Amino acid sequence: MRAQIEGSQAVAEAVVLCRPEVIAAYPISPQTHIVERLSRMVKQGDVGHCQYLNVESEFAALSCLIGASAAGARTYTATTSQGLLFMAEAVYNAAGLGLPIVMTIANRAIGAPINIWNDHSDSMALRDAGWIQLYAETNQEAADLHIQAFRLAEELSCPVMVCMDGYILTHAYEAVDVPTQSLVDTFLPPFSPVQVLDPNEPISIGAMVGPEAFTEVKYLAHQQHVRALALIPEVAGAFERQFERPSGGLCSPYRMEDADIAVIALGSVIGTIKDAVDELRREGIAAGCVKIGCYRPFPMLQLRGELKGVTRVIVVEKDLAVGMGGIVSADVHMSLQGLHIPVHTVIAGLGGRSISKASLKQMIHDARAERLSEPHFLDLNMTAINDEQARRRDQRRAGPVAEQLIRAINAIGTKVV
Amino acid sequence: MHAVRIHGRGGQGVVTAAELLSMAAFTDGKHAQAFPSFGSERMGAPVMAFCRIDEQPIRTREAVTHPDVVIVQDPTLLHHVDVFGGLSAEGYILINSTFSVEDLGIGEFLANLPNDHLYIVPASDIGQKHLKRPIANTSLLGAFAAMTGFIKLASVEAAIRQKFPGAPGEANAAAAREAYDHVTAFSNTQEGVSQHARAN
Repeated sequence: MRAQIEGSQAVAEAVVLCRPEVIAAYPISPQTHIVERLSRMVKQGDVGHCQYLNVESEFAALSCLIGASAAGARTYTATTSQGLLFMAEAVYNAAGLGLPIVMTIANRAIGAPINIWNDHSDSMALRDAGWIQLYAETNQEAADLHIQAFRLAEELSCPVMVCMDGYILTHAYEAVDVPTQSLVDTFLPPFSPVQVLDPNEPISIGAMVGPEAFTEVKYLAHQQHVRALALIPEVAGAFERQFERPSGGLCSPYRMEDADIAVIALGSVIGTIKDAVDELRREGIAAGCVKIGCYRPFPMLQLRGELKGVTRVIVVEKDLAVGMGGIVSADVHMSLQGLHIPVHTVIAGLGGRSISKASLKQMIHDARAERLSEPHFLDLNMTAINDEQARRRDQRRAGPVAEQLIRAINAIGTKVV
Repeated sequence: MHAVRIHGRGGQGVVTAAELLSMAAFTDGKHAQAFPSFGSERMGAPVMAFCRIDEQPIRTREAVTHPDVVIVQDPTLLHHVDVFGGLSAEGYILINSTFSVEDLGIGEFLANLPNDHLYIVPASDIGQKHLKRPIANTSLLGAFAAMTGFIKLASVEAAIRQKFPGAPGEANAAAAREAYDHVTAFSNTQEGVSQHARAN
């Protein structure tokens, strides 16, 4: 039923429709509303025989799920930011053991400086841990991706992260169609694990593997991701047929048929980019955009296909590889090898900075006029930076950067943007 | 598209107000999007929340920097936060206060607003009367419905009842209704900008 609800509620309800059997989570903003609602629903008996484990940390949350999943349970957790980093070791283990755990990442920046707002630094830091990573554009898609995620995870024996922008999506109220239980049951069969810890038929999972076989184990993990590249569009197609709306998939083009310049991005900012594209089209600029819906595995060939006809690509990313520049841009570069299409990196929306349509349009104008620096930081306050750099040149004990900058720029919460 | 920005302080229900507004617009068959701009998440800190209402699906996710309506839940913010920043020339302003425009010292900002686009409503008093606590957010939504006509009062009441089932919902709905009537009464008297809207 279509309802005007919070993104976190939509996700919690979608997860419940997937009939999870063990949920373990530790609350952290902006993930909190998802797990609060789930714990309440489990307590009320709305989630079958599901167990909700209140754990002492994110590391414990995922460790519990590793055990539960290995014992054959359908498992779910959610976290963000420092919480994801805290469970990092278990994140690699879940993938390495081939356990189909589904985890929501309510994307948030990583400190220091501490910042609770949205960007993609957290999921990007764990991009190579072996999990499939899906990114939601809207709350409808966030809900839908969870239903697809369990099916993907269990068909591939590979864990899946569903990434949704913290606050921007998790705390946004918008219309979401939460499907019926019977529709979800038809789409998502009961979990039939390929490996189970069973006292009656004992096996071991998690053996030490030496140099003689470690590469082969990793090679097979990579092959699972290659398989996922075929399965993800298949599952998205099956979802669309059954639920009568498109959701998910590897990458989605918008006004790319005759586009000259393409903007690539992940997550909710695609909505604002589409508005910017429409306005530029009205000004006679052949702009288009491509949403990367699945970042791991990276849809290299599909993206290359979408971008073949353009003369310029701009990657807008909410993350920063300090000392290098863009993370997504590097992958886009790889996809376009030999095509000689310039790829600009634009770092935007870090730590919750709002990405405006006006700034995105200006960015496209600047790219066409060869005015973008590499990498380009959107809406950078150069006055504050120059002042701080000058101050640090002038005195050795210049003090902490973050404290100086917030004093120079503004007090939190008093400015509109 | 109507873009609404609500200013208040942590604990005053600013985020809830934006959510309720979006639920009311949804009930009216419109597309709506509400989201907060949290500060440092503590009681009393300046907080903003946004709501967009449109006939078309809403795709943008940017903060509302050019609102059509500004709601100020806490008048002590007037001289600390740029609450009217980016407000369109044809925009609307709704302020929770018992003081006049002159007393609030904001006359110069508002000189060019169209008639009937500014209301000062004693929403905390209305809240106190119905809720026994000086909560202003639901009253202001009733006033918003009367001032702008962007949403129906019945939809505001339905949203409130849905979010707060039972007695609290009824009391909040009554507060919204009283504020709605308060604004309607002033606009019917053709006094224009209702800077006379003092509480008794």
